[in-house]
Amino acid sequence: MKFLDEYRSEPLAKKILEEIRRTVTRPWVLMEVCGGQTHSIVKYGIDRLLPETVELVHGPGCPVCVTSLEMIDKAHAIARQPDVIFCSFGDMLRVPGSEADLLVLKSRGADIRIVYSPIDCLKIARENPDKKVVFFAIGFETTAPANAMSVWQARQQGIKNFSILVSHVLVPPAMAAILQSPLNRVQGFLGPGHVCTVMGYSEYEPIASRFHVPIVITGFEPLDLLQGTLMTLRQLEEGRAIVENQYPRVVKREGNRVAQELVNKVFEVCDRKWRGVGSIPQSGYRLRPELRDYDAESLFNVEGITTAESTICISGLVLRGVKKPHDCPAFGKQCTPDHPLGATMVSAEGACAAYYAYGRHLQLKHEAVTAAAAPA
Amino acid sequence: MCLAIPGKVLEIETNNEGVRMGRANFGGIVKQVCLEYTPDVVRGDYVLVHVGFALSKVDEEEAARTYQLLADMKQLGELDVPDHPAPAALEEPHEIP
Repeated sequence: MKFLDEYRSEPLAKKILEEIRRTVTRPWVLMEVCGGQTHSIVKYGIDRLLPETVELVHGPGCPVCVTSLEMIDKAHAIARQPDVIFCSFGDMLRVPGSEADLLVLKSRGADIRIVYSPIDCLKIARENPDKKVVFFAIGFETTAPANAMSVWQARQQGIKNFSILVSHVLVPPAMAAILQSPLNRVQGFLGPGHVCTVMGYSEYEPIASRFHVPIVITGFEPLDLLQGTLMTLRQLEEGRAIVENQYPRVVKREGNRVAQELVNKVFEVCDRKWRGVGSIPQSGYRLRPELRDYDAESLFNVEGITTAESTICISGLVLRGVKKPHDCPAFGKQCTPDHPLGATMVSAEGACAAYYAYGRHLQLKHEAVTAAAAPA
Repeated sequence: MCLAIPGKVLEIETNNEGVRMGRANFGGIVKQVCLEYTPDVVRGDYVLVHVGFALSKVDEEEAARTYQLLADMKQLGELDVPDHPAPAALEEPHEIP
């Protein structure tokens, strides 16, 4: 496919890697923010192609992973109701709540449907006037324009039986929270390319200067990730800390103004609880008060649900780049994609799930066996 | 989750609800796309699409520039060439402007 395949060229990847080796003189820790980037990095083994002194740690940018257990349980409480058609992106279906997941609820008779786009829910609502259609509106800034449009169009078209359960999260406050933590190891960021397609990247400039940390807005293909890594390393080696854009073919500094305008008409910023991390001030969106009629959380009265997380799981530390998936004693043992214990194993874009999907738990076992078998 | 892929816009229309929609080709798969957020896009443009919404026009000039920058990066064999002129070169006479 045009604009994808050419960014997977092996000869060019080798050239960038050579340039990275020439650039690096000291150890550095970089974080890729977005779960899509994590998935690409593990899939292509990019972290293992880099010099040993360059460590990539994996950020919190997987909205499925960081959706709080409370919110999942709220979704399940709504989806169980007989007059509800509950719509969701496919990747939320297997995320376990305290009692079950959406697939299990579906098998017990709940009307749960996977949609490709939130706008598809409006058609379902028109076709089922006697049902309440609820969409599980999760995502980062990338998904906010689509979710905002679904509510805006519902209002324009006078659709009354549609609402959304909002669990939106925002990237910049999470990056600031990571940098403020006393455990922080991150020295430079590969910024989230598609979030910035919508929002632009001016809001990252104060973070770069306040924490003196380079942020390079980066795409998702192997060459994008390698070039973003090179640009970040060059800044670190030269002592610079600014925002740069590796992904100008889709990202502009101002972002998509038309999309931002509708997002701001529909949503307002609020505090948000992140699974594995806890509450981060001003790190989410909720519907504006004048759109309360579309807010499933208040329509269905699901406040007051509280939950408990696994005590073994270290996903909070993985999400902040403090630990790697294989540092967890449960990784690939009690905790697998079929039976995830926490945030980073629940979606394919979570760091633990990506490590598992590409067999890194097997390699670890192999290494352990080889080490044990080696003569002392 | 933030997965977004580039597709070529085949046609643009305003639907019954007054929404600017289109069809885009993603490497042979054609899907409906909402173009409300990309008012400047015309037929034949590439757009970056996330959950059925075009979020940005793909800037072909910038794409070519990025790619060229990578392609122009030094070859492996050139790595031993020092960035500064060799001492012998310095001794050569050169014109003073």
